[in-house]
Amino acid sequence: MIQGLYRIRENIPAAQGVYKMVLEGDTSAICAPGQFVNIRLDGFYTRRPISVCDYDSESITLMYKLAGEGTQYMSRLGRGCELDVLTGLGNGFDTSKSGPRPLLVGGGVGSAPLYGLCRALLSQGKRPAAVMGFKRAGEAMLTEEFFALGTEAYVTTEDGSMGEKGFVTDAMKAVEYTYLYVCGPSAMLRAVDAVALTDGQFSFEARMGCGFGACMSCSCKTRFGSKRICKDGPVFERKEILWQT
Amino acid sequence: MANLKVTLSGWELDNPVIASSGTYGYGLLFTDIYDVNILGSFSLKGTTYEPRFGNPQPRSAECEYGVLSSIGLQNPGIDAVMSEELPKLRRHYRKRVFANVCGSSVEEYACVASRFDESEQVGIIEVNLSCPNVKEGGMNFGSDPAMAARVTGEVKKAVSKPVYVKLSSGVTDIVSIAVACEQAGADGLCMVNTMPGIRIDLRTRKPVLGTKTGGYSSPAMLPISERMVFQAYEAVSVPIIGMCGVSTARDVLEMMMAGASAVQIGSANLLNPRICKEIIDALPAEMEEYGINSLSEIIGSAH
Repeated sequence: MIQGLYRIRENIPAAQGVYKMVLEGDTSAICAPGQFVNIRLDGFYTRRPISVCDYDSESITLMYKLAGEGTQYMSRLGRGCELDVLTGLGNGFDTSKSGPRPLLVGGGVGSAPLYGLCRALLSQGKRPAAVMGFKRAGEAMLTEEFFALGTEAYVTTEDGSMGEKGFVTDAMKAVEYTYLYVCGPSAMLRAVDAVALTDGQFSFEARMGCGFGACMSCSCKTRFGSKRICKDGPVFERKEILWQT
Repeated sequence: MANLKVTLSGWELDNPVIASSGTYGYGLLFTDIYDVNILGSFSLKGTTYEPRFGNPQPRSAECEYGVLSSIGLQNPGIDAVMSEELPKLRRHYRKRVFANVCGSSVEEYACVASRFDESEQVGIIEVNLSCPNVKEGGMNFGSDPAMAARVTGEVKKAVSKPVYVKLSSGVTDIVSIAVACEQAGADGLCMVNTMPGIRIDLRTRKPVLGTKTGGYSSPAMLPISERMVFQAYEAVSVPIIGMCGVSTARDVLEMMMAGASAVQIGSANLLNPRICKEIIDALPAEMEEYGINSLSEIIGSAH
């Protein structure tokens, strides 16, 4: 974990209700795709945890959903503003378990960390495929970016306004895969688990207090005892997850 | 040169800044950010006899000026803290810690405290009174002078280390509880724990937190906790550690002038993990600004 000041290079709308923010600063604490950052905003007591979409040696790309007053405020910040950000948080995805043909399944803004994951898997010589689900075409994001990577990518929308009409679980049927990486709303995670044919890793969202494991606000029960979503997660292996009834 | 040293029951601390229980884990989470050995000390996560998972979600709710939380004493139990957490901590932290002790019965408090008493890494036993008395109706031990005194007395009997009692804030007469604890043998008081509060979700029309109510911590609490320290200082002679709302070096000076011998920094650690270091670094300049050579000379100066 690093606590540092990061300068906004870009902060623009990316889809309906979703913004893209590029931050410049020290990225040395980030060690895996699927980790997150925690951003302090003036006038808000707790930080805002946002998953990392992609990063390089000097910048971090975030895609964030306008979910409340904090992220609304964030969306109004201009280029050049400096933010107090904790980086290198959470465990991230373990790419070593993927096999040659992993399937990445994203829902809504949950597709963001899968983009960085996809790039990492490609660089390891693997052939990832991706399924991304959105409510409607206007909310679709990163689809061009995934296609540009040369990845086999499928898009579903609930209203059929883009790609196949339906859910990610429908599109998953058409793909053969060796492993799963999943990120999205909790109902989607559970639905994917119900049709999953292989092991995999699921990334969870949570209401967090600190984001680095100190406050125990985001504890959850797993098959291997209690874990903190912010510190021991947000990515959990399918076999350790206890789905809430 | 500014003298930041303060003394608690014969233990000389390099400075009065102590990180609060429940906001600092077992210390190791902060080692990425700064050398935790600069602290006066810190207080371990509240420990019970058995492991506890804690309360249902959601456990925290952001507020305008702070956070409302209800964690429910999640901890791995005294055996795991003694055999795993303290040995791990020893590799990173050279000083002694406060061991925060919780329980759902008087016997549990005494039992957990006696185990911590065996550890040379523990400097002070901190008794957290804000736990429900499960055997006797579920009221907090800290809400009643007689119950608070009974816990204090039994823990005192079980240990040889100094016992500091952490008082609950949501009470009608904190001074009577402070006095009761001192009379029962408390070597010091920690004042105060978070303030009970509630938030309602406008959409569901129900409380946000899984336990309905939680503890509010905020810089906005400072005048209230400071008033409690001020009042208790006039009624007891044991050292008081001021807490709840302390988040700047100036707050430290104020709290000490109100009567605190040291301070604890709580939820501010969660917002800004570097806060304790920032406060310690800022203290000498603030002391100079206000003509203070030695922190121990200002304790209770407001009286």
